[in-house]
Amino acid sequence: MKKYAFMERKWLWISISLIVIASGLFSLATRGLNWGVDFTGGDILHFDIGEPYSLAEARQKIESLGLKNVEIKEAGDSREELIVRTPVLSQDQKNKLTQTIKERWPKAQLIRAEKVDAIIGKELQRQALIALLIANFGVLLYVAFRFEFKSGIAAILALVHDVLVMISFYSLFYIPVDVTFVAAILTVVGYSINDTIVIFDRIRENQRIMGKAKFDDIANTSITQCLTRSINTSLTTLLAIISLYFLGGETIKDFTLALIVGIVSGVYSTIFIATPIWSMLRGQQKVARA
Amino acid sequence: MNLRAKSLLKIAVILFIAFFLAYTLAFGVKIGPYQVLPLKKAIKLGLDLQGGIYVLLEAKPKPGQTISEEKMNAAREVIWKRVDQLGVAEPVVVRQGENRIRVELPGVKDSQKALEIIGKTASLEFIGPDQKVILTGDDVSDARALYDNLNNPVVSLKLNSQGAKKFAEATEKFLGKPIAIVLDGEVISAPVVKSVISNGEAVIEGLSSIDEAAQLAALIRGGALPIDLEQREVRSVGPTLGTDSLNKSLKAGIIGIILVMTFMLVYYRIPGLVADIALAFYIMLVLITFIALGATLTLPGIAGFILSVGMAVDANVLIFERFKEELRSGKTLKAALDSGFHRAFTTIIDSNLTTIIAGIVLFYFGTGPIKGFAVTLILGNVISLFTAIVVTRILLGNLINTRLITNKKFFSA
Repeated sequence: MKKYAFMERKWLWISISLIVIASGLFSLATRGLNWGVDFTGGDILHFDIGEPYSLAEARQKIESLGLKNVEIKEAGDSREELIVRTPVLSQDQKNKLTQTIKERWPKAQLIRAEKVDAIIGKELQRQALIALLIANFGVLLYVAFRFEFKSGIAAILALVHDVLVMISFYSLFYIPVDVTFVAAILTVVGYSINDTIVIFDRIRENQRIMGKAKFDDIANTSITQCLTRSINTSLTTLLAIISLYFLGGETIKDFTLALIVGIVSGVYSTIFIATPIWSMLRGQQKVARA
Repeated sequence: MNLRAKSLLKIAVILFIAFFLAYTLAFGVKIGPYQVLPLKKAIKLGLDLQGGIYVLLEAKPKPGQTISEEKMNAAREVIWKRVDQLGVAEPVVVRQGENRIRVELPGVKDSQKALEIIGKTASLEFIGPDQKVILTGDDVSDARALYDNLNNPVVSLKLNSQGAKKFAEATEKFLGKPIAIVLDGEVISAPVVKSVISNGEAVIEGLSSIDEAAQLAALIRGGALPIDLEQREVRSVGPTLGTDSLNKSLKAGIIGIILVMTFMLVYYRIPGLVADIALAFYIMLVLITFIALGATLTLPGIAGFILSVGMAVDANVLIFERFKEELRSGKTLKAALDSGFHRAFTTIIDSNLTTIIAGIVLFYFGTGPIKGFAVTLILGNVISLFTAIVVTRILLGNLINTRLITNKKFFSA
């Protein structure tokens, strides 16, 4: 059977990830994340203009009201929707903004409005972080119990990798981060750990079969055997989510994009991060323990 | 009955169950007094899919005021009464944590008006020229909006016996002087007392429209909030955007499912077809569990569900890849199937259990959206374990027993 030499280039794979994460962290340090209103507090007003309009004109109209830190963007299939994001507005300011839009484009309608107090976002952020840490710890315990402690460490590092890649992507492309991003990270953690365990399971099996072979060999064999499965499963998952990205409408585009990035990262981290790290951790031991 | 016939029968029974479930979800069934509603009517849609308002209110005590369990419950009651006046179908008014109340009003069109009504403290006071409080909202037994003789909109108040007595005394004392009618610290009107009123009826004038009068009357009827509430979070979605999101995500979901099914069929052939049937079971069972639990379907929920469809075939992919390995090593279909299932089993259990552990932790330590997400994650995993292992195994095993297809090529080897 043909065997691919994944482990021989482990530093290349790890470097690729490190470069992505490093540039992400650089962007994070200099520019930060584009926190959405869920976390910063603020208002979102989503209009259906009802006819083609000029974004520049909309920007100018809104800025003429003296509002600061306003972000606006086009949306909708026919680009006739307008999404305005602002810091927390008073009812009066909100009415004025709506009126201004309606005066210029009489067919315009307010189809979605959100106002969030920053406190709520902070709470959710904290909760999500705690839940994520404990979930990772639970996974570590289970993997250490079912496999070995070093597998657990490798699996957790792969998860941390996925979360960092997602955050890097969001920082680099300055995509707004809201509550659904938290859900996306959690989904990806669930997906990625599943993927990693499948390979580790095969490694455990091959350790018995291959006896005293080198850890790199065992890792290469296991990945090769699971490769079709890894590709097929990620393909079906991506097929489902990509159709949602293109057809699912404006409101979940950011969410599905986060999932796509995370799933690709999850597959990558299983093969190119978790397994090499496992091999390196085990390789320090002289005698193979099946 | 020989083995072949028995196997054919088993396959037929499973297919029948699949069609029965599909029919029930699509059209609903009625057996005697029991009725199962079709999916469309049975499943609860979130506000993002049907339009409506979500408000999170937080108690904001005045200096010296404390928040108590009773006050929060009383506030919930008051809001419930007000929401009732709005005539919303299936509203939600629940306490959340120690000092918050969550209100969900599906299908409400005029979000601004609804917000005004929900959040107002509505503390009504009649204040005399000496700045002393004569009456409060507690003394009012009923309030109605109507037009007075001059065709101006007013709110007519009916006072309870205690209130009527106090009002009679006050109108006598302040004859010829103004009494201010104050709502949440704002003077609505300050009519001059023209005569002693002892019949327990009072009128609030100075309203701009009959709508305003109706709103005020409803607020007074509902009573004042025992504590001020602040809007921490407000989300309103128009009904058109909701329907649009629902239709788009459904269409995307159906296309996604078709893509996944086609891929499995083309790549794995007969086992792929079996996996597709198992996937159909998966989809239907998740939907049925959703209905049974009374869970609400939201837009991220649909996205998570569609994603889970892609992930649900994972166990099948694992089994089939093992199955193929075994076939290649020269085993018969039956033997390959048995050892394929056997050898993939621990992998499937380990990988799914890890995900379920993560889900349980998230459920336990998370709240709100995180909890909801955890439920979907755990449900999807457990159900996919059942459909991908049990349903697939029974179907595939019996299909091999029928000896209808014996060429290994059809089993993708």
